[in-house]
Amino acid sequence: MATVTGSLAGVVPRPNTEHGLMGWLSTVDHKKIGVLYGATSFIFFLLGGLEAIMMRLQLAAPNSNLIDPLTFNQLITMHATTMVFLVVMPMSAAFFNFLIPLQIGARDVAFPRLNAFSYWVFLTGGIFINGSWLIGQAPAAGWFGYANLTSKTFSPDLGVDFWLLGLLILGTSSVAASLNFIVTIVNLRAPGMTMMRMPLFTWMTLVVAFLVIFAFPVITIGLIELGFDRFMGTNFFNPAKGGDPVLWQHLFWLFGHPEVYILILPAMGIVSEVLPTFSRKPLFGYSVVVFSGIAIGFMGWGVWAHHMFTVGMGPIANTVFTLTTMFIAVPTGVKIFNWIGTMWGGKLTFPTPMLFSIGFIAMFIIGGLSGVTHAISPSDYQQQDTYYIVAHFHYVLFGGAILGLFSGIYFYWPKITGRLLDERIGKVHFWLMLIGFNLTFAPMHILGMNGMPRRIYTYPAGMGWEFWNMLQTAGSLVIAVAMLAFLYNVWVSHTKGKVAGNDPWDGRTLEWSIPSPPPAYNFATIPHVRERDDWWFTKHPELAHGSHGHAAAPAEAHHATTGGHGHEEHIHMPQGSLLPLIAGVGQTLFVGGLILGPVVMAIGGLMMVGGLYAWCSEPINE
Amino acid sequence: MTAQHGHDEHAGHPQPAEYIKIAVVLTIITAIEVALFYIGEAKDGAGHRMIAEGLVTTAIMVLSALKFAIVVMWYMHLKFDHKLFSYFMVGGLALAGLVMLALLALLPILHLGSEL
Amino acid sequence: MSSVSHSAEHATTTGIDHRKLLIWAFLGSDCLFFGSLIATYMIYRGKSIDCPLPHQIYDIPYTSISAFVLLMSSLTMVLALAAIQRGDHKGLRVWLVSTGMLGLVFLGGQFYEFTTFVHEGLTLSGNLFGSTFFVLTGFHGAHVTVGVMILFSLVLVSMRGGIPASDSLTVELAGLYWHFVDIVWIVLFALVYLVPSPVPNIECAQAAVAH
Repeated sequence: MATVTGSLAGVVPRPNTEHGLMGWLSTVDHKKIGVLYGATSFIFFLLGGLEAIMMRLQLAAPNSNLIDPLTFNQLITMHATTMVFLVVMPMSAAFFNFLIPLQIGARDVAFPRLNAFSYWVFLTGGIFINGSWLIGQAPAAGWFGYANLTSKTFSPDLGVDFWLLGLLILGTSSVAASLNFIVTIVNLRAPGMTMMRMPLFTWMTLVVAFLVIFAFPVITIGLIELGFDRFMGTNFFNPAKGGDPVLWQHLFWLFGHPEVYILILPAMGIVSEVLPTFSRKPLFGYSVVVFSGIAIGFMGWGVWAHHMFTVGMGPIANTVFTLTTMFIAVPTGVKIFNWIGTMWGGKLTFPTPMLFSIGFIAMFIIGGLSGVTHAISPSDYQQQDTYYIVAHFHYVLFGGAILGLFSGIYFYWPKITGRLLDERIGKVHFWLMLIGFNLTFAPMHILGMNGMPRRIYTYPAGMGWEFWNMLQTAGSLVIAVAMLAFLYNVWVSHTKGKVAGNDPWDGRTLEWSIPSPPPAYNFATIPHVRERDDWWFTKHPELAHGSHGHAAAPAEAHHATTGGHGHEEHIHMPQGSLLPLIAGVGQTLFVGGLILGPVVMAIGGLMMVGGLYAWCSEPINE
Repeated sequence: MTAQHGHDEHAGHPQPAEYIKIAVVLTIITAIEVALFYIGEAKDGAGHRMIAEGLVTTAIMVLSALKFAIVVMWYMHLKFDHKLFSYFMVGGLALAGLVMLALLALLPILHLGSEL
Repeated sequence: MSSVSHSAEHATTTGIDHRKLLIWAFLGSDCLFFGSLIATYMIYRGKSIDCPLPHQIYDIPYTSISAFVLLMSSLTMVLALAAIQRGDHKGLRVWLVSTGMLGLVFLGGQFYEFTTFVHEGLTLSGNLFGSTFFVLTGFHGAHVTVGVMILFSLVLVSMRGGIPASDSLTVELAGLYWHFVDIVWIVLFALVYLVPSPVPNIECAQAAVAH
């Protein structure tokens, strides 16, 4: 029932519906926004995967001409840019959005419209940057855009412009969302939910949010300087006038290293929820895991130049960064031991989410170990710019982040949709993915050690690289089949998946105490939290020790589950609004107008400024 | 939402007169900074600076840091507000400062015409 | 103007308003924005291989006055907040307008300074100094411009009765942003203008530039 109340200058009506297209376009519900992030990032995942398969097909045999060098360079750039900014980050955001209010016992995030704005900026930014494919001018200077390859002289077409403007746009989405989550986590916790009683996923989200708001401004400046060099002829990275291209590398990696922790910590958070659930034990060393996550956040700022060991910073700088990089392995290792400690002695079961989480640990250990070998700068001289590095980051980002995110997808699918994913298909998906992944990326360690450089579109015969390349291409096709299995599983779940109920996994945290999918208002009554894993001890008071402060008798229902229907009428959720969409699309058009033309820029500017002004005067509810 | 502002905080709120006094202090500090600039520029017969450059630089930076702190603590009310705000601001500032120092240490730019 | 859903809970866990927490987190983030730009400026100080150079082009008395103007705008801003906190709506508007006007004077001064520098040969693309100087001070100016727009918008809102004495948070938040823009200038004025800049060993460095 789309009643329209209130409007902007009589032009844009304020929607008041949860249904249909208008419901989605105007939603400010964190759960729907989470679904939007999840679906959109998944589509970009398929796109990025396609780009990878194309590269693998080109590299399967030596001296191949399937794909020309320029297109290959566009593929490496777009594959990485897509995976980092349009897949892993937004997929993590899907979980932040859906879960955080549920985990802290809140009804929504602190700024629902800002939340929606972040999504629309992400969607349009992702479309914008991929739009470059349509005119055959995708960026080709790598996802790290080193100067001065990215100068107008050496990258004359629009590719780098699309890249740098696209990243500027996407950056605002991430920063806005992170500011929102910081305020939400600090300020909207249910009574009794102290910081040290928060679920670990919530903690990791908080650390990531701080990393985003502090790291993104640095790359913003780098991109602005690059943009000024390209558009206005400034000299930030122009050696002819005294500029230093290495400054770009510093600015990029000062962002880029915290960025990789932004990519991995959410997955670590998910794993920290899944393992205790299927070990039927609390997370081992919760406080230590929290502090390790915080430590990683801080220390992540001190290691960036390990990406630059071969640039020529000198032995002192190289040594310092070798040391800091080796030190950061410590809190990471601590977390791994704590995860193993969680499983040790637990009553283990192995449904699909658990398999993905264990897979995460195993693959991340391998990726972490190769990382330690890079940390030693002299040995990195052999590894840098070879396939050995490609192996490392795929083990931590695919074997780590992606497997962790799939663990979350299987774990939280029932909560989001109300139905379980099929277990048998899930196991097929997992094993195919694990095997395909290792077939694709394990040989890269060997190839790298045998001298195969990165970022080359083909290679000569007779180097001894043919066999491994062919194997890797085969592996990538196995991954593709695994993804087909997943898509089939989604379809099966949608059409005949088992109904999940509130708590299909006998979970530990508050999100399992409410219906699946949750009602719009999340909790009929805001819970009162007495301890960590409060929901678990409410269900199993016999497992509580005296120190938890539980009475021996079963606790009264502190959590309204399916009851309290009468309460619904008294809970007013924020009304939907089209203004985040208008302002978000406007911003993308405004910034994109630097390439797309002054008319687009003017329209975008009007939408952005008008949308923002209207948003400031629009009440939460009409 | 009105309760959030905490009327207790306002009991100690400075009066306009205090704000004006602070503004006078800030003006005086600015005047000293500008004076230091000219003192630093003063050269002897041979064209050398009479006061060491490092001294002038340090003095100007200390004074501007003082103005910065005064505006943040009094005008932005950080001294009297919830300490969470201080963590956010000081955290950002400290990180920015460290990043600056690290970059200055790591980037000796070698090219024609500059002294190192 | 509650930003929390209208459930039984209006209180926040910390007792702080969401928006105030948001602004301070944003300002912490903005420190990194300006920090990176300032770092670029500092790295490239004394590294230009062409003229004009700072010592040839700066007009310290002029810039000192504009720095003073912005400093005083922080005073008027804080007086605006004090006014609304004691229920003085007219005072609020007077001081907000004053702050905005001082901001416009500052911007006008920047504009004049920039055009003078360009006439004297300092351009965005001419040398490192031009690139770093204009981009750094330009982005500061852009922040000031946004601030002025916010201030005048608040005047309009107040005229429509939208700022009650009991909820002056919007003025306080605008003030925080405005003071931030002022403290960035405090840093820039010192580091960019006052602190002696190394003179590169290039031929034109000794020449005077026509003022």
